[in-house]
Amino acid sequence: MTAPTGPTRLLDASGGADVVGLDAHLARWGALPDVSPKVLLDAVDRSGLRGHGGAWFPVGTKWRAVAGSGRSKPVVVANGAEGEPASGKDRYLLHHSPHLVLDGAAAAARAIGTDRVIVHVTAGPVAGVHAALAERARRRVDTCSFEVVVAPDRFLSGQESAAVATVNGRNPGIPTFVGIRSVRDQGVAGRPTLVQNVETLAHAALIARYGPEWFRSVGTADSPGTALLTVTGRWEAPRIVEVPYGTTLGKALGIDAGAAAGIQAVLLGGYGGGWLPTSTALTMPFTEESARGHGSSLGAGVVVLLPTGVCPLAEAARVVRYLEGEGAGQCGPCVNGLDVLATSMEHLAYRPRSLRGGVAALPTLCGLVEGRGACHHPDGVARFVRTAVDAFGDHAALHLSRGPCQTTRPFLSVPAPAASVAR
Amino acid sequence: MSRARYKLVVDPIACDGAGVCAELLPEMITLDPWGFPIIHGDEVPDGLLELARRTTVSCPRLALTLVRLDKR
Ligand code: SF4
Ligand code: SF4
Repeated sequence: MTAPTGPTRLLDASGGADVVGLDAHLARWGALPDVSPKVLLDAVDRSGLRGHGGAWFPVGTKWRAVAGSGRSKPVVVANGAEGEPASGKDRYLLHHSPHLVLDGAAAAARAIGTDRVIVHVTAGPVAGVHAALAERARRRVDTCSFEVVVAPDRFLSGQESAAVATVNGRNPGIPTFVGIRSVRDQGVAGRPTLVQNVETLAHAALIARYGPEWFRSVGTADSPGTALLTVTGRWEAPRIVEVPYGTTLGKALGIDAGAAAGIQAVLLGGYGGGWLPTSTALTMPFTEESARGHGSSLGAGVVVLLPTGVCPLAEAARVVRYLEGEGAGQCGPCVNGLDVLATSMEHLAYRPRSLRGGVAALPTLCGLVEGRGACHHPDGVARFVRTAVDAFGDHAALHLSRGPCQTTRPFLSVPAPAASVAR
Repeated sequence: MSRARYKLVVDPIACDGAGVCAELLPEMITLDPWGFPIIHGDEVPDGLLELARRTTVSCPRLALTLVRLDKR
């Protein structure tokens, strides 16, 4: 039951197995140590662990806020509703190492003083989670109770207030306006609620076992530990990899100069993330700080290597139209602004002469939607568009001078429009 | 001695975009191309506090609120 020493942590117990069952899990990691809430909170605080669902919020601070809310018994929501089409790491982790996630949820419940955990996942991982819970119940592993709630397969399903809405059974997968309040004070059934991404919980399960110093032995001071990434464009099919922070993507993914020449640009953080020039993305220190310094974010660990030979503007336009359709249709600036943004990106991609105001009109439009929704959806779309304009400026100039690209082989995964949302 | 400080917050889900607020408080609220309010400034200046208060109660959707800045 020794701590992993290398940069492979969450994916360490497999030994080649597709699913790490309870026996293999206990053989590799042992049982969750029986320690006090205070010890757990201190360990998570000092570990510097941040949220891996995209928000990058300090986990210890969040746990303390919910624990200290003190109005009624809190609820833990283990959030595996991964709506991002280019991400698969949460589903993979739930399939592959469900007990690490459930251990982390149990540790969080103990730390914040509750015995109620809700596992919130899209339909895919449900059967695996139920099987893992049955194994645990048979062996009486847990003192807390688990419930599984199925999230709709939508981009915003994992958003914090949308997750709470789903669990509460109203407007599933639709964000609500929380203003200055937060689901931390008033979430599931009006109780203080900790919504925490499943990968984050899995890291917490290991911190509970091996402590903050061990956690910090890999990574950097501000981005400690490792991250699960969903990498598209490196191999035949998208692949999940575990990467230590502080390395470079080029090194972690084994991309040499020859391979880099075939990459047009890199999308970090997903469809709410940002595009970076290939050389920047592959050589900067792989940390949240450097991603933000370049106008992007590591988000939920999405890495897309866009190959040469596809039209990046057509790709971006398809994504923005998809994101527009995934908006919850509730807020004026989001409803109107995202549609105009999507149309403008389509103009640039397919009929550049129709783009009024030229490429410069796009950042201005972004400014009109940023910070003006009930959730951060418009902010993510704006980041995607702003960074696309920067990264593909030369290509946009070609469209404007010579016309759009002829062949536009689709590369980025964009699901078919979802059935309309119940309002 | 410290006076309370406030900011204006729009609930974008409740707001209907009819723009009553921008007429009552043009010093702090303008409308975007679709008629939805844009709040200017992070803090309501002392001199506008009373007018801002009246604007919030005049909002037909009660979508506009004054939020204390110094308290959570
Ligand atoms: S900002 Fe957009 S996506 Fe978010 S709640 Fe409002 S309409 Fe829905
Ligand atoms: S008065 Fe209220 S509902 Fe009308 S635009 Fe202003 S905030 Fe929105």
